[in-house]
Amino acid sequence: MKRQLYACLLTLFCSFSFTALTAQTDIDAIMLAKNNFCGGPMYSYSSWQHYWEGSFKRNNQNLGTVSTQMLTLMGNYGLSNKLNVLFAVPYVKTRASEGTMRGMSGIQDLSLWLKWKPLQTNIGNGNFSLFGIGGFSIPLSNYVADYLPLSIGMHNSSLSARLMADYQVGKFFVTGSGTYTYRNNVKIDRTSYYTSEAHLTNKIEMPDVASFNFRAGLRSKSLIAEAIVANMTTLGGFDIRRNDMPFPSNKMNATSAGVNFKYTVNRIRGLELVAGGSYVIAGRNVGKSTTINGGVFYIVDLSKKKKNVKTPKAI
Amino acid sequence: MQVSCSKNVKGRTDNAPALHPSNIDLDGGTWKTVLLSQPDQFEVAAPLAVNSPGYLGELNEIKSLQQNLTDDQKASIKYWSAGAVLRWNEILRELVAKYNLPPYQNEDGSYPAPNAANPFAYPQFPFSNPPYASRAYAYISAAQYDALVAAWHYKKLYSRVAPYKADPAIKALVPETDLPSYPSEDAVVAGVTAEMMKMFFPTEIAYIEERAAEAEKYRMMAGVNVRSEIMAGEALGRSVAQAFAARGRTDNTGKAGGAPADWAKFATDCKARGEMPWLSLEAPVRPPMLPFYGNVKAFLFDSATCVALRPGPPPSTGSEQMKKEVAEIYQYVTKPTREQIRIVHYWADGVGTYTPPGHWDAIAAEDFITKNFSEIRWARNMALLNMAIMDAGIVCWNTKYHYFNPRPTQIDPKIKTLTGIPNFPAYISGHSTFSAAAAEVLAHIVPERATAYKAMALEASNSRMYGGIHYRADCQVGLEVGEKVGGYAVQRAKTDGAE
Repeated sequence: MKRQLYACLLTLFCSFSFTALTAQTDIDAIMLAKNNFCGGPMYSYSSWQHYWEGSFKRNNQNLGTVSTQMLTLMGNYGLSNKLNVLFAVPYVKTRASEGTMRGMSGIQDLSLWLKWKPLQTNIGNGNFSLFGIGGFSIPLSNYVADYLPLSIGMHNSSLSARLMADYQVGKFFVTGSGTYTYRNNVKIDRTSYYTSEAHLTNKIEMPDVASFNFRAGLRSKSLIAEAIVANMTTLGGFDIRRNDMPFPSNKMNATSAGVNFKYTVNRIRGLELVAGGSYVIAGRNVGKSTTINGGVFYIVDLSKKKKNVKTPKAI
Repeated sequence: MQVSCSKNVKGRTDNAPALHPSNIDLDGGTWKTVLLSQPDQFEVAAPLAVNSPGYLGELNEIKSLQQNLTDDQKASIKYWSAGAVLRWNEILRELVAKYNLPPYQNEDGSYPAPNAANPFAYPQFPFSNPPYASRAYAYISAAQYDALVAAWHYKKLYSRVAPYKADPAIKALVPETDLPSYPSEDAVVAGVTAEMMKMFFPTEIAYIEERAAEAEKYRMMAGVNVRSEIMAGEALGRSVAQAFAARGRTDNTGKAGGAPADWAKFATDCKARGEMPWLSLEAPVRPPMLPFYGNVKAFLFDSATCVALRPGPPPSTGSEQMKKEVAEIYQYVTKPTREQIRIVHYWADGVGTYTPPGHWDAIAAEDFITKNFSEIRWARNMALLNMAIMDAGIVCWNTKYHYFNPRPTQIDPKIKTLTGIPNFPAYISGHSTFSAAAAEVLAHIVPERATAYKAMALEASNSRMYGGIHYRADCQVGLEVGEKVGGYAVQRAKTDGAE
């Protein structure tokens, strides 16, 4: 079955924790054709009034509504039809609507992914694809990590490995993926802290994270519409105690549900609009956040033979 | 950036060396005590003769322990041999951090209070905020010191040899010294601390007694004390603790919280003076923290001196000077540099931490490790430090509630802070007062680091301005008051017999 290429469906999948912590991951089953580059900004707004201290759901009148805005520059380049490299660089700004604490802002972490599609085959009436994605992230500035919930990130570098499978029959598809993220230690400004025991050090041992993502929807020539359910589970860490402040190595878990749309603008070749939203339905040591996002992306064909922008090649 | 496969984060004192004093301070029994009327106020009976069957049996106990030391036991020896005063101070800092959480509000917006008579009910007793913590550190350090003065008196009196000297089949697994071993100083410290903890951390007694048992058993495994030396030491420690606990029950701490009528009176009196009164900036509004802590009985001076140490008033809330000071703070928080934020967070020691007194204990302890003090000198130095810090806190709280002045964010709500605003008046800054007192004492004990300590105190003080929660007057005057309080501890240090 011939499928249109829908390049650059870079979905922002954010705001699991108090800050838009995982920056940007590539989590869809679309590949960019060789020598095509897709890039553009994505804006997201995420906010919560309620959060969980462990499993105790509460609000905090000294914070009110905690909001995180992210403006992310994203890009995707097709090294080949089966291998893409992606990047994302977000600028993050936090704010508490009540209380006396100052928000923070700054450039957060660089994320890079290598996305590989080793297998595509017909199964039954549909098309089955398998993907392997390796990711790496690193903080780009010396921003403050130990200031949750108003810090702009955790300031850890990380490595991730994702296995993803996609099955499409006609216009309908389902995609499922699992990811393991190794998080490196974080250095903070104070030299002693208490988790469930005292630590005489300025380094935090960060637990790794496992996450799952399931999407289902339809892909047509100009529109992708999907419903998403996702889960993030921190493999270790400790619970926020009653009336304590959150801390980077808390056991942060979240399950969220959302929708995402990608629209290819017919009149302007290569232009795509993305919009979506999600809501945390269950969590532990995270904010019960609502997120909306939108982005504008443009694809160009950089291969030397062509000078003009071509309709992106279908894969 | 390093991407390392091993995440294993080590604590700074994980590998602290075994205590090996350069001077065993054999005359420690003559040093001036804090509370005991004399070093033999509590009787310690003479030990068994070294050729008695009872003693020989105790030596055999050590031999059988030493034959089969497990890895856990070796780790216990390594941990505790760094020093009893050091390790118990770390345990105390951990408990302070564990209990340093403000109570969560009731449904109606009021706040429950920890109740020593019902300590397990939420909010668990205590709320170990800075005044409470400074008092815990001081009482326990002072009690450890007095107990060790008594112990050293009896050590010299009875002059009992250590087991490894009495019997060559016993190996000393920690550095050997000529210090007489009866009673055991580690057991004295374990006993006095465990007993004092009943007052300060009543829900942790089972845990503390377990640690005390570890702290004592290691001495037998290491071949440096027999059982009767440990039992005598523990009993002595517990007796000394009773004296300090009795003082603790009558030092006015019980009255430190006050009642709603008192809290309202602070504001009324302040307004009558023509000044803007302090308001709680928490939501829901929280009662002021321990407004009568300034009446607690200090260790180093009497209440008249405390009042005399109280500084003059802060700039009037309506004055030009105050306007200038507020503007200065606004500048700091509007465009903070990364280094300023680092300083704020390094010194903040707020909710969930060991508090500023604990931070200075950590600084002192990690420096003392390098000085090869004897246990009694460790205790004497920590007692001087913590009594100065506690008494600085008393003068500080006395001042805060005498003037009841507002925080910068009250005067200019545009000031958004880089650390939480503590729930008590601004003038004078606790950080500045505690730190200057600590630096004054430490500069005397470790003179080669005097400049460094004074610089740290200044930075700790400045951190509160950078954070947006204090004016310059709070910090400057706080440093001056703290230095004066520290001077009382230095005076004591010069005359307590240890120098």
